Amino acid sequence: MNMSVALPVIIPLLAGALSVMFWRSHFAQRALGVLGTGAMLAATVWLLMETWEHGHVVMEMGSWPAPFGIVLVSDMLAAIMVVLTGIIGFATALYSLSGIGKMSEKFGYYPLLHLLLAGVNGAFLTGDIFNLYVWFEVMLVASFALLILGGERSQMEGAIKYVTLNLLSSMIFLTAIGLTYGLTGTLNMADIGDKLSTVEDTGLITVIAMLYLVAFGVKAAAFPFFFWLPASYHTPKVAVSALFAGLLTKVGVYALFRVFTLIFNQDVDYTHEILLWVAAATMLTGVLGAAAHYEFRRILSFHIISQIGYMIMGLALFTPLALVGGVFYIMHHIIVKANLFLISGITFVMKGTHELKHMGGIYRTNPMLGVLFLIPALSLAGLPPLSGFFAKFIIIRAGIEAEAYWVVAVALVVGLLTLYSMIKIWAEVFWKAQPEGVEGELRDVSSGPMIWMWVPVIMLALMTVAIGLYGEPIYQMAAMSAEQLLDPSQYIEAVLGDSRQ
Amino acid sequence: MNMHSLILRTAGHFLLPLLLLFSVFLLLRGHDEPGGGFIGGLVAAAAIVLYLFSMDIRSARKVLRVDPRDLLGAGMVLAVVSALPAAFLGQAFFTAQWWEFTAPVFGEIKLSTVLIFDIGVYLVVIGSVLTIMLNLAEAED
Repeated sequence: MNMSVALPVIIPLLAGALSVMFWRSHFAQRALGVLGTGAMLAATVWLLMETWEHGHVVMEMGSWPAPFGIVLVSDMLAAIMVVLTGIIGFATALYSLSGIGKMSEKFGYYPLLHLLLAGVNGAFLTGDIFNLYVWFEVMLVASFALLILGGERSQMEGAIKYVTLNLLSSMIFLTAIGLTYGLTGTLNMADIGDKLSTVEDTGLITVIAMLYLVAFGVKAAAFPFFFWLPASYHTPKVAVSALFAGLLTKVGVYALFRVFTLIFNQDVDYTHEILLWVAAATMLTGVLGAAAHYEFRRILSFHIISQIGYMIMGLALFTPLALVGGVFYIMHHIIVKANLFLISGITFVMKGTHELKHMGGIYRTNPMLGVLFLIPALSLAGLPPLSGFFAKFIIIRAGIEAEAYWVVAVALVVGLLTLYSMIKIWAEVFWKAQPEGVEGELRDVSSGPMIWMWVPVIMLALMTVAIGLYGEPIYQMAAMSAEQLLDPSQYIEAVLGDSRQ
Repeated sequence: MNMHSLILRTAGHFLLPLLLLFSVFLLLRGHDEPGGGFIGGLVAAAAIVLYLFSMDIRSARKVLRVDPRDLLGAGMVLAVVSALPAAFLGQAFFTAQWWEFTAPVFGEIKLSTVLIFDIGVYLVVIGSVLTIMLNLAEAED
């Protein structure tokens, strides 16, 4: 029995439970935060190595055999996503040491952090569609509580939009699960994929597929369901919004990747054509929204949306190379985007604002931070030799090979506009002179507990450079996951194995 | 928060131990028959809340003896820990482990990790319901 597949869920649950138990001690909670996420990161790396070796790692929870019990399944895509969760979770826990605020700690910041990570990992690893819904809800509860920690007016406003839309998406998701169960009589995703390939009525399947598209589209902030994201992501604590930006929408993208390769692969011409349009519209609206804004985290939030478009484009083209590109893009994006949010936290401590107009001159006082910003920013825009260049390059090449020229054109224009946005932040925050009537530096960010803000930022920036310079192993992993995604029989075989006649 | 009702106060005093006993009965009965940690926890929490209504917030905290958040934490740890024994025996997480033995008075007794999980749920439900209720009651005062 291979334990590696359950540990990424069990460890954060245990760490979360322990940090509720020691709720009186701030020190114990912080220590559990770092140790728990560190242990989780180690467990996820172990899972990745196991998955790399065996292809699939499966565990039937409670020893109830599939397809009746709940299985945890790790294929290459899930393993990659779980490792990224480990990295971002660990980075956030380190960053939180710099001071998430005594009030936040008192109201359960750390237990919620662990619960959120458990929810994200559970969603990546589960092989059961209803269990996926449960993990989504776990995530939603934890993220809602994290979103309103601090209790400011703007936070409440953002949180209400966030919760309303996500609940709506959950309802649609639940409806889709009901229809799926009615059609196939099973909730195990491998079993559903297996049974649907023999169902005659492809029209009904397509309808269900569209319900899933809407449900996961809301979670992933795809066009036209993206508006909750820029309304809420700029309101919570910086560490929280970095965590959300890195992970939450990507769970939606992951779910799209999962169901539109494993389950809905009958009528690809129809479903994936729609996905392609969604991808193009998502890219465009995201980047145009960002161009119009002058608040640091709002700009970054809109860029999450446009980047989601590239990932969905990889899925929609549905060629081996495109899926490699999509997976590669997710890996690059999670690290870069979380890092940009963390950097916005450092500039906030320096200047006391997120408004670009009121910032300036940081490059002169702190050139190191300028460089650290440029690495993820230029990577996001897709400049070589950083990680984003290869991610975009693979996707666009796949688009050209698939002769989807118009979507390639959109992707290129969006890349250019992303560069414009990043240069805008660079010019306003770092390059231009300090505006008159604004204080220089409010607080020293290079001493005391503030040091902890730099550690994850440097760590993630180094990863961005490393993915760019030594991209080959990352590409190999993405290639293996794409190969598995395009051949769902491997997944079905791994889960159901000998229980099928 | 005092209702000043003699009937309610007297009833509250008598009902508290009865309801708590009943909640434990429900918890243990859930092993093989309808019942279980969740419903048991709700009954226990309701018992304390009834006591809170009939008396006041201070005596309710006193009769509870521990902070409800400690119950919440302990319950969560128990629930997660109950998943682990199976792993040491080389089985999948959450696989139920059973220990059967005969005790002089009670006859045959069956203990299991399922029971530990249920006790965890029981404590989590009491802890979370009472954390909310006591905070609301205090906010009102």
